[in-house]
Amino acid sequence: MDLKLKIWRQANQNTKGELKDYAIKNVSADSSFLEMMDQLNEELIEKNEEPVVFDHDCREGICGMCSLHINGEPHGPQNATTTCQLHMRSFKDGDTIFIEPWRSRAFPVIKDLSVDRGAFDRIIESGGYVSVNTSGNTLDANALPVPKANADEAFNSATCIGCGACVAACPNASAMLFVSAKVSQLSLLPQGKVEAKERVLNMVNQMDLEGFGNCSNVGACTEECPKEISLENIARMNREYLGASLASSK
Amino acid sequence: MKLDSKIPEGPLETKWQNHKANIRLVNPANKRNIDVIVVGTGLAGSSAAASLAEMGYNVKAFCFQDSPRRAHSIAAQGGINAAKNYQNDGDSVYRLFYDTIKGGDYRSREANVYRLAEVSANIIDQAVAQGVPFAREYGGNLDNRSFGGVQVSRTFYAKGQTGQQLLLGAYSALSRQISKGKVKMYNRHEMLDVVLVDGKARGIIARNLVTGEIQRHGAHAVVIASGGYGNVFFLSTNAMGSNGSAAWKAHKKGALFSNPCFTQIHPTCIPVSGDHQSKLTLMSESLRNDGRIWVPKDRKDAEAIRAGKLKPTDLPEEKRDYYLERRYPSFGNLVPRDVASRAAKERCDEGYGVNQTGEAVYLDFAAAIERYGKTEANIKGINNPTAAQVKELGTAVVEAKYGNLFAMYEKIVDDNPYQTPMMIYPAVHYTMGGIWVDYNLMTSVPGMFALGEANFSDHGANRLGASALMQGLADGYFVIPYTIGEYLADEIRTGAIDTNHEAFDKAEKEVNATIEKLMNAKGSNSVDHYHKRLGLIMWNKCGMARNAQGLEEAIKEIGELREEFWKNVRIPGGASEMNPELDKAMRVADFMELGELMCKDALAREESCGGHFREEFQTEEGEALRRDEEFAFVSSWKYTGNPSEAELIKEELVFENVELKTRSYK
Repeated sequence: MDLKLKIWRQANQNTKGELKDYAIKNVSADSSFLEMMDQLNEELIEKNEEPVVFDHDCREGICGMCSLHINGEPHGPQNATTTCQLHMRSFKDGDTIFIEPWRSRAFPVIKDLSVDRGAFDRIIESGGYVSVNTSGNTLDANALPVPKANADEAFNSATCIGCGACVAACPNASAMLFVSAKVSQLSLLPQGKVEAKERVLNMVNQMDLEGFGNCSNVGACTEECPKEISLENIARMNREYLGASLASSK
Repeated sequence: MKLDSKIPEGPLETKWQNHKANIRLVNPANKRNIDVIVVGTGLAGSSAAASLAEMGYNVKAFCFQDSPRRAHSIAAQGGINAAKNYQNDGDSVYRLFYDTIKGGDYRSREANVYRLAEVSANIIDQAVAQGVPFAREYGGNLDNRSFGGVQVSRTFYAKGQTGQQLLLGAYSALSRQISKGKVKMYNRHEMLDVVLVDGKARGIIARNLVTGEIQRHGAHAVVIASGGYGNVFFLSTNAMGSNGSAAWKAHKKGALFSNPCFTQIHPTCIPVSGDHQSKLTLMSESLRNDGRIWVPKDRKDAEAIRAGKLKPTDLPEEKRDYYLERRYPSFGNLVPRDVASRAAKERCDEGYGVNQTGEAVYLDFAAAIERYGKTEANIKGINNPTAAQVKELGTAVVEAKYGNLFAMYEKIVDDNPYQTPMMIYPAVHYTMGGIWVDYNLMTSVPGMFALGEANFSDHGANRLGASALMQGLADGYFVIPYTIGEYLADEIRTGAIDTNHEAFDKAEKEVNATIEKLMNAKGSNSVDHYHKRLGLIMWNKCGMARNAQGLEEAIKEIGELREEFWKNVRIPGGASEMNPELDKAMRVADFMELGELMCKDALAREESCGGHFREEFQTEEGEALRRDEEFAFVSSWKYTGNPSEAELIKEELVFENVELKTRSYK
């Protein structure tokens, strides 16, 4: 198929970017979206032009490195799919495709389509862990049974890949879905309960410091989430946060 | 050069305990003055960095991704082995040890493998304490599944995302130390060289991949945990950025590289569909529990299928060749990975392949759907169910077991595997070879350590399923925190490492010269152009089957390709900015040298074992012919300036606890 592409080009964080037009021919319907981008980059290199920078790594939908706003949707038109798993058969010959980076104050553009998601790491550093040393001198794994329903629910929350699509989808650029997924995972498990109150307060505080917006219950985050992280996580985090705030002596 | 593997004296069962009890310690006040660099943040790197920081060392950790959480350990699907014996099915440390030695076709060290099995149970305790949500039974205890054709259920899992959950566990431990300031994390940084002062590893040269800045980092020890080198083949199940450069640079600075030709080619991957393909996707080994592998019996039928004139579902049972069940009746579809891969290649080479490229076989779930459907009908009390009912009920069972994998398959191939058989073909997945290490995981360069897939030590010539996660975490959480003390105990008086030392000057100069040379080539072909050509040579001549003639040709061809690459590669943009083409070029330059060494190693190993199959060494029935008398050793290569002229140093493998047997799956 032949396509027209409108791609965001931006040399670095300090310069202004703009959409540039590209045409690409003979794209296989079996290509992934990123393989189409590879093909474009090969052609650009051939013409001695700078290839388009975009983030990607595992290309099997799990590392969370790939991003892209495609025709206005994070990770493109297909539900529950990362950009790397999106295939060109989702598009038609002659289509025009808009390709832009995540847009959020907390995710500054580094170059072209690549953004800095360091804010997510800093939120995890503020409390997204169980404070246990890695010595191995812990309880036997089966000494603390966990109800299967809780374990499964914690797993569902833990499948978040930290890609940032929730932030990109949100009109407020809120990171509530990301933060609440980690808060939920750990608050559902007995291992995480000990520090639950401190954790939710610290993580929400860090989220605010990073410049993410507030949640106004739009729900776009869960719609666009490639791992279908549920809004229930946000509800759970709000409960945890309220409880922790009331109990806090700070 | 004489290799000392430093394996402790005494019986196998007590070696590690005794060693730990006698290892030298560094007191807490001194740890605060000692710096350690960790390269890579996968399971091995993250767990090592977190553990060393907890102990009090100052750690600097490096990853090329935008966050340590994205390292490729995250993509591991099936599970992690541990000798917990929760199922009471006769598992034990010894049995896990034995299975691993045998699965590796008797080309790994007994003492290292035994230690791995010994600490495996701790890993599960540790991960659970961190909040890793493993699958559980209704009683609240951990669930297990069986894997890789062993006879016990010892695999712990979190659906098809075990690697993700374990890595996020290690990442959380790492994040905790970053927040305390005990680990300084360098995201989007790549190690470009290791610096030796007076023969000891004293730091690295790194490049900031955002700004292009070249940096010097000093440390009292350097830990390489940068993963495997499967991307030598261009197409593999590795992530796009996975590379062998850190390990290769370590090799060029004196670290021996062991068994580079031992590559694991995984039998169940989605086949190549065209030239646009950038990577291959694994379909978990667990699918072979229920899927039956076949090709048409008649070549004409295969041709008709390839031409699109015949559908696989139209081919009657008697016209199908379930070749694994035919050749290996006792293990059937559950033979080990190396055996299953070679059998698929053999059928496709003979012209029985079933997709347009002729390189695919079927993995068929129709029989499983029918079997489960009938059982479900019985459970539900449906007498004489219709075929449609059986199919519906059976499909639901298969969906519950493998739903996420089937969905992934459908996304990539656009075929519904519930209705028509999956197509699969072997793909490069893991590299057993790597940097030589002793029992303390120290390389042949003092102060340089190698962990996880980057070292060679535990999997011999073939890795068992669900053992990679085990090894990565064992090395990082439970081995290096002890063994690094043995070396660092002598470093307490060293003081801060001076990065103005001339060794740093020299290394930085060399790195800059390499970058300049690449940028100034201003040739006519992209980096990928060369990477693809390298991959083809490797796949055709150093892939699933190898022979002396092909390997000799490959060494020559790679040498020529390398020469052309340096003259004619084209890298747009500049070196002082974000430039992924330059990042790739440096990795591919190293792959070209490493590929050559792999071929040399494959040529020198005149036997077939595990993932290494030399066509000249097979039985009359076409099975691998191992030659224990001549080749029961680790091939370790010393860099001498040119990979094809590397010097071979042998470490004889001594088996005191297991008897060497021919693996038979008939």
